[in-house]
Amino acid sequence: MTNHWIDIRNSDCILIMGSNAAENHPISMKWVDKAKDKGAILINVDPRFTRTSSKADIYAAERSGTDIAFLGGMMNYILSNNKFHEEYAANYTNASFIVGPKYDFKDGLFSGYDPKKKKYDKSFWAFEKDANGVPKRDLTFKDSRCVFQLMKKHYSRYTPKTVSAITGTPEPELMKIYETYAKTGAVDKTGTIMYAMGWTQHTVGVQNIRMMAMIQLMLGNMGRPGGGVNALRGESNVQGSTDHCLLFHIWPGYLGTPTASLVTLADYNAKNTPKTNDPLSANWWQNKPKYMASFLKSMFGEAATKENDFGYSWMPKIDDGKTYSWLDIFDEMYKGNFKGFFAWGQNPACSGANSNKTRQALAKLDWMVNINIFDNETASFWKGPGMKPDEIKTEVFFLPCLTSVEKEGSITNSGRWMQWRYAAAKPPRGPKGDGDIMVELFEKVRTLYEGGGKFPEPIKNLRWDYVKDGKYDPHAIAKLINGYFENDVTIKGKSFKKGTLVPSFAFLLDDGSTSSGNWLYSQSYTEKGNMAARREKKDPTGMGLYPEWSWCWPVNRRILYNRASVDLNGKPWSPNKNILEYKGGKWIGDVPDGGWPPMSDKEKTKRPFIMKPDGVGSIFGPGRVDGPFPEHYEPLECPVPKNLMSGQRMNPVAPVYGTEADEHYSCDPRFPFVGTTYRVTEHWQTGVLTRWQPWLLETQPQLFVEMSHELAKLRGIKNGDMCKVSSARGKVEAVAMVTGRFKPMAIQGLTVHEVGLPWCFGWVYPKDGGDSANLLTSSTGDPNTRIPETKAFMVNVEKLGKRRA
Amino acid sequence: MAGKFFLIDTTRCTACRGCQIACKAWNELPADKTKQYGSYQNPLDLNGNTYRLVRFAEYPSPKNSMVWYFFSDACRHCLAPPCKKKADQILKDAIVVNEFGAVLYTEKTKGLERASKAIKQACPWSVPNWSSDQKQLVKCHMCHDRVAAGLLPACVKACSTGALNFGEEADIKKLAKERLAEAKKKFGPKAHIEDEKDVRSLFLIVDDFIKYKPMEI
Repeated sequence: MTNHWIDIRNSDCILIMGSNAAENHPISMKWVDKAKDKGAILINVDPRFTRTSSKADIYAAERSGTDIAFLGGMMNYILSNNKFHEEYAANYTNASFIVGPKYDFKDGLFSGYDPKKKKYDKSFWAFEKDANGVPKRDLTFKDSRCVFQLMKKHYSRYTPKTVSAITGTPEPELMKIYETYAKTGAVDKTGTIMYAMGWTQHTVGVQNIRMMAMIQLMLGNMGRPGGGVNALRGESNVQGSTDHCLLFHIWPGYLGTPTASLVTLADYNAKNTPKTNDPLSANWWQNKPKYMASFLKSMFGEAATKENDFGYSWMPKIDDGKTYSWLDIFDEMYKGNFKGFFAWGQNPACSGANSNKTRQALAKLDWMVNINIFDNETASFWKGPGMKPDEIKTEVFFLPCLTSVEKEGSITNSGRWMQWRYAAAKPPRGPKGDGDIMVELFEKVRTLYEGGGKFPEPIKNLRWDYVKDGKYDPHAIAKLINGYFENDVTIKGKSFKKGTLVPSFAFLLDDGSTSSGNWLYSQSYTEKGNMAARREKKDPTGMGLYPEWSWCWPVNRRILYNRASVDLNGKPWSPNKNILEYKGGKWIGDVPDGGWPPMSDKEKTKRPFIMKPDGVGSIFGPGRVDGPFPEHYEPLECPVPKNLMSGQRMNPVAPVYGTEADEHYSCDPRFPFVGTTYRVTEHWQTGVLTRWQPWLLETQPQLFVEMSHELAKLRGIKNGDMCKVSSARGKVEAVAMVTGRFKPMAIQGLTVHEVGLPWCFGWVYPKDGGDSANLLTSSTGDPNTRIPETKAFMVNVEKLGKRRA
Repeated sequence: MAGKFFLIDTTRCTACRGCQIACKAWNELPADKTKQYGSYQNPLDLNGNTYRLVRFAEYPSPKNSMVWYFFSDACRHCLAPPCKKKADQILKDAIVVNEFGAVLYTEKTKGLERASKAIKQACPWSVPNWSSDQKQLVKCHMCHDRVAAGLLPACVKACSTGALNFGEEADIKKLAKERLAEAKKKFGPKAHIEDEKDVRSLFLIVDDFIKYKPMEI
């Protein structure tokens, strides 16, 4: 979230799209209600009428996988009816930038496409620069090559008629939503978006979100209370795990993972540190070398010296041009290229797309360690449906672990708040905390290296002072994440002693005199104490920032890009939306995005979007692998013979995997219906933690498939009948839930039916609960992130002989 | 009169079922073995192990294509409880009303097994049930033990959206009036408080009551 949960209450219009907030983030509805009490309008767009839809002022259905068409139409409406916040767009975004002559877009492809490599050359999308190397601008938006005009041309193709034929949403409903949301372009209004996996899990996932970010920028909603782009994270600490490098392509604090060709730290810094010639751009990432050096010091301590590049060469690198995402890992595992696997606190046999492929991949391993609270479909995959235990060589080790409430530590919520939690319950004897398991594992590995071994330096030199009284110490880790002074130093006129905690990332250096396990979390645990453990309920702005409740990255800034919440003179765009104001030579309110004076002070100011090299919000996004503007493409599996927007049916650079387990079909009479997956309030992720809880199981006992009355009639299915749902990759048995909450859609003159299933069940328990809906989903994904496309695929539904209810 | 009241504002309910589970947790009630039979509602009805149940009912609607009503059902704690009237005919004071209005089924209801069906029938909403585990009549008891200790009933404590509210009569009636005025503006003249004059559990609903409790699932 650029904003935070409580801030939803400050919104005038809330769009819930790509998420089912009421069911999967129930508490969020408290803040939605508070906004509605003040007159806010709630819009919900979802293929299925959900518990969220039941609370919406305006609801519309769309076909899964057509969000860019839906939102592209909204952008068209905003631009052609001048509903945007012009002063904001001109000053705080790149709408005014002039794009170079090589940029072009024809029939679904941007310029620079190499059909052989299925890859774009992004240099075709560069901005035109002046003699000083600063992007050229036209603040009047008149230049035909400025971003605004190119965007206007691009989205003029997204007419209500075409959008309706793609999405299945009737034109009047589209227009009602466009008109309502576009009203937040008024200077005194803000609108917000609450999205989740319904947007990310597509072959166009990143561009779904970019499309909305562009709308938010044009309407002047970014950085402002009640605005922003707000990802509802699907797991309580997924924000924290992403910040601390859950993913292959980043190190902690979003430092890009080095590739093998970057041999020295200097090579890495030269390649990865963005530059700007614009004196008004803060270009905050210019500090990357400081964060890299401090991170490496946190890894290797005293052993990390300037002379040895702070141990840069001891860190693992990734091969140039290769991806190592979830989909890639299981593809390689399926091909027999893995020996061992730690499935730690997860259940990939149910959670990953295309579960049959995942389950077969597990059978190709020599060994697997599963660390979990309960038995699950991953740990027991070898005795699952269709498996022959005596033919499976994988040796499985199951380590029971502690639950989150039996351990001390922090979680970081969607709003970027790092909240410290004490251990609420005494753990039973036997199971260990994850930290203790890691300590034991590493210490054993280190012992093994005492007798020699290949490349011992990273093991031997790893900084290792997290053990207190033989136990993992979460405070020691939290302190190192914050960072220490490694020498006595004087910075900005202040002297600091070696071994004391750094006050914030502003004090991190690139010469090895500081350490920090994650620069973004620097300031979270200082000499003043554990900031994340704070529980003060003061609210000085009255806008719900609660600056002394827990701690928020970065530097306790509650709303990101908040200097865009003020006009060029530092006054809030509207007095009723005041979280920050420049008064008497200083900023009052939230922690500003840098302390520079407002834009009217042309000598000293910096532009508000400090993490972007040009200091402005990116409406034109030349950094993405699939194009600078979001464009509608159909999912890998779709019900339509052609993409109405272009001759390019699917995202041309999306990864498609080629094993026999990756079959996929579009417009195939064997799989005529659109399928989607989702969660339910009553179960958690794959249900490993909740299916064993009798009260929750009582409320949601078995897999179901929701379908319209019309589809049920077509297939001779009655409510409560057992059905078989199948795709090119797998099948499940599910109880039919026949409902008016799914409706057939009119798409390109066809009647398209969509069905949906939750993915919270698995064969281990309960025995009659059904299996994971991910047996149906396909293993393709977004080309930028490689998140799987589990939200749109094609299935068949048939009645089974038996009736269960 | 006076005493304690509930306000159940169905317009705010998202059917998270926190109330249903919190009730089970506080009362340490076991779960039934249920089946998916084509609805989110489960178990099917209030029973000896379930004192509070969120009912789901969906209908086509001209606005937004559908409505989906959620109804956190439990004992209404009547001002003149017909269940007590019926029970008193058989076993005096097996059912009592405490000092803040909670209608309580005492241990004496263990002697009412044969009358339990008649007592259930006496309730306009068929709330009471015979618990074969506890061998007595059971239903929501307003968490009278918690309330006496200054706590909220478990269901209200668990409610995150403000659908379930609990407090003194004057406060709850004031809140009900305000919420009703808002609901009338949003949902039209059908919005009303059900059985306002007869019960301590005030339901704010926006359609005919029967729509919230479909006869057949």
